[in-house]
Amino acid sequence: MKALILVGGYGTRLRPLTLSVPKPLVDFCNKPILLHQVEALVKVGVNHVILAVSYMSQMLEEEMKKQEERLGIRISLSHEKEPLGTAGPLALARQLLEENSDPFFVLNSDVICDFPFKDMMRFHKHHGKEGTIVVTKVEEPSKYGVVVYEAETGRIQKFVEKPQVFVSNKINAGMYIFSPKILDRIQLQPTSIEKEIFPMMAQEAQLYAMELQGFWMDIGQPKDFLTGMCMYLQSVRQKNPEWLHSGPEFVGNVLVHPSAKVGKNCSIGPNVTIGADVVVEDGVRIKRCTIMKGSYICSHSWLESCIIGWRSSIGQWVRLENVTVLGEDVIVNDELYLNGANVLPHKTISESVPEPRIIM
Amino acid sequence: MLKAVILIGGPQKGTRFRPLSFEVPKPLFPVAGVPMIQHHIEACSQVPNMKEILLVGFYQPNEALNKFLVVAQQEFKIPIRYLQEYAALGTGGGIYHFRDQILSGGPEAFFVMNADVCSEFPLLEMLDFQKHQGDTHSFIMLGATANRTQSLNYGCIVAKADTQEVLHYVEKPSTFVSNVINCGIYLFTPAIFQHIGEVFHRNHQQPFLEENINGWQRAEMIRLEQDVFTALAGHGRLYVFKTDGFWSQIKSAGSAIYASRLYLDRYNTSHPERLTHNQTEGPIIKGNVYIHPTATIHESTVLGPNVSIGEGVTVGAGVRVRESIILHGAVLQDHSCVLNSIVGWDSSIGRWARVEGTPSDPNPNDPHAKMDSETLFRDGKLTPSITILGCNVSIPPEVIILNSIVLPHKELTRSFKNQIIL
Ligand SMILES: Nc1nc2c(ncn2[C@@H]2O[C@H](COP(=O)(O)OP(=O)(O)OP(=O)(O)O)[C@@H](O)[C@H]2O)c(=O)[nH]1
Ligand SMILES: Nc1nc2c(ncn2[C@@H]2O[C@H](COP(=O)(O)OP(=O)(O)OP(=O)(O)O)[C@@H](O)[C@H]2O)c(=O)[nH]1
Ligand SMILES: [Mg+2]
Ligand SMILES: [Mg+2]
Repeated sequence: MKALILVGGYGTRLRPLTLSVPKPLVDFCNKPILLHQVEALVKVGVNHVILAVSYMSQMLEEEMKKQEERLGIRISLSHEKEPLGTAGPLALARQLLEENSDPFFVLNSDVICDFPFKDMMRFHKHHGKEGTIVVTKVEEPSKYGVVVYEAETGRIQKFVEKPQVFVSNKINAGMYIFSPKILDRIQLQPTSIEKEIFPMMAQEAQLYAMELQGFWMDIGQPKDFLTGMCMYLQSVRQKNPEWLHSGPEFVGNVLVHPSAKVGKNCSIGPNVTIGADVVVEDGVRIKRCTIMKGSYICSHSWLESCIIGWRSSIGQWVRLENVTVLGEDVIVNDELYLNGANVLPHKTISESVPEPRIIM
Repeated sequence: MLKAVILIGGPQKGTRFRPLSFEVPKPLFPVAGVPMIQHHIEACSQVPNMKEILLVGFYQPNEALNKFLVVAQQEFKIPIRYLQEYAALGTGGGIYHFRDQILSGGPEAFFVMNADVCSEFPLLEMLDFQKHQGDTHSFIMLGATANRTQSLNYGCIVAKADTQEVLHYVEKPSTFVSNVINCGIYLFTPAIFQHIGEVFHRNHQQPFLEENINGWQRAEMIRLEQDVFTALAGHGRLYVFKTDGFWSQIKSAGSAIYASRLYLDRYNTSHPERLTHNQTEGPIIKGNVYIHPTATIHESTVLGPNVSIGEGVTVGAGVRVRESIILHGAVLQDHSCVLNSIVGWDSSIGRWARVEGTPSDPNPNDPHAKMDSETLFRDGKLTPSITILGCNVSIPPEVIILNSIVLPHKELTRSFKNQIIL
């Protein structure tokens, strides 16, 4: 079985992290976002993953070669010359997708959940139509495009963009399964699958919705990335609690890479991910943060709701908060305060940033 | 023989020093670990022939002041008395009212100094200057050089280039007059009382010539600066002695941190024993740090530069303090960080909390820069300044208190920035 993953966006909202690596390779809970998906796909029998790429494809290609071997599957890259949106890439990869008549998965690259691929296959087979999209419940539907469908069968009636009156609280979760017939609907040109293809399919009763159970998050921006991390760690707590770190200095769900070092008199957690080779010195307090590979946190610092990019280093008595995001290899000098700072890669910060802003 | 008078003001003065002046009279607020006016007293006690120091003010007699008098007299082996005005009589009215006390014993000269200044107190030089002046009856005022803009916040002096005779004096002019400013430290001879007396009598003849805005202004209320010096200038009686030594006003709490820095720096020569030095076991000291012997400091803390830690203060593991004054009984818990702040008596700061202010130091690149006259608000907004925690304030763990003033006895439960917390 095949899966096509849309990885061609610029990931602008996850900058400065995506200035160093393409979004699919950004580490989420110590694993590139894309691998969360690919590994789940492999588990349900997918043996050929097609990545629809446009920019920074070199890095992806290298990384995927490694994974191809490790996972024992085929990974192809489908290169776009210009961004083809969310539907166009299917037309570009048409030959690969049509190799047989099996249905195939299509995924946005930046959603995180308990991937329901098995259920999707079953559900899709059961209704027998062209497409299935996974939907998830949200609290504030007026912020999204919602999906209106028949409760018993799942048949989609319509899509409503940012509804002002309540019509549904289910939104597109960015995971689909399609029969190859869908390819007849898509031209090789920039096209939005959500806006141009789905409404037509719904009209023809060819599109069904399957409701996702459990957590879901689009982690395409820092704030949601952190929220998604909290959700993911909680699901780890339920399914694989042994992956989590425990001990007197750890509070709640904390993921620590085995190669990381954490000093004495720290208080880490809840909801912290510490990456490979990270060093956390003594007396550090961290909560609700992702610390990426190779970073260094000096004594007595305090971090909350931050993403610390790869190989960054934080001085002593530093306070970082309010979705401060440090790009790759950022240095924060001793005793500074950063509130909601967005710091581009390879910067040295030597002055506090008391109000949220971007540091070029 | 010589005497000295320190003008200590009273409770209605020093409002820019709130909320710290709620707990202790401003002249007793610790600067570099000792009460503000102890620096004056120490300087006076080193002048040969100094026989008595008089504190003149309108504070009700109080325990803090009494205690201070007892301790200071013992330490400096000189009589020190407090003379209480029946009302605020101004910088000239108070000494005029107590002129008999000042003149008793027949001093040939006496110093008068504002309490709220910090200075090298070049008193011997002033005496010397007076002696070599020719006229031993002249009055000497200490002057310093300011920059053009800041001079407007001070009393400005125009002096004759060769003799240093004061030709013109104006208090806080609205346009530039001179960059030589009045330091609030004077050397007078008894003849000064004739000049103050003239003002006194004139005020009595035409009592309410000047509009009485505060409702308490009276004929006995005389200002040395506006009423006496302005009139004396140009008559060959008043001279300025210019110093290049350090000097600053201490009006706001922010300037207390700056003044502490100046005095701590001088301790290197005047009182090396008051400075803490790095030892193999013990806190890491950067620059000049004063620690009261009764304070308990964890060995893993990092202190300085410019830190003064008061009596009975407890500083936990991994604490960082820089450019701050920690008043007696305060507790700084593990991993907390205090920068550019004054932590009030018996206040406590939770683990990993950050208490931070913005320094309002004079421009370090301008040798003549002074503290700006600090206004709390500018354009309706609180100007970022040092953070002040009043007495017995409690800061919970892990929060940040930034550029804020917290009034006494508050128990905070969250972070605050740029606020006055009543
Ligand atoms: N192949 C391809 N994929 C795309 C294109 N545009 C978006 N995507 C992918 O579609 C998914 C959803 O897009 P968005 O959530 O907007 O993500 P994004 O465009 O990467 O990020 P932003 O720049 O922050 O909008 C992501 O997985 C993107 O990688 C495109 O033109 N070509
Ligand atoms: N004894 C006494 N001292 C006073 C009185 N008024 C002021 N002082 C003291 O004199 C010194 C100078 O005070 P002021 O003249 O009010 O202050 P300033 O230096 O002109 O500064 P501003 O407050 O900006 O006017 C301070 O040490 C005061 O405490 C008074 O009425 N009686
Ligand atoms: Mg986009
Ligand atoms: Mg997205």
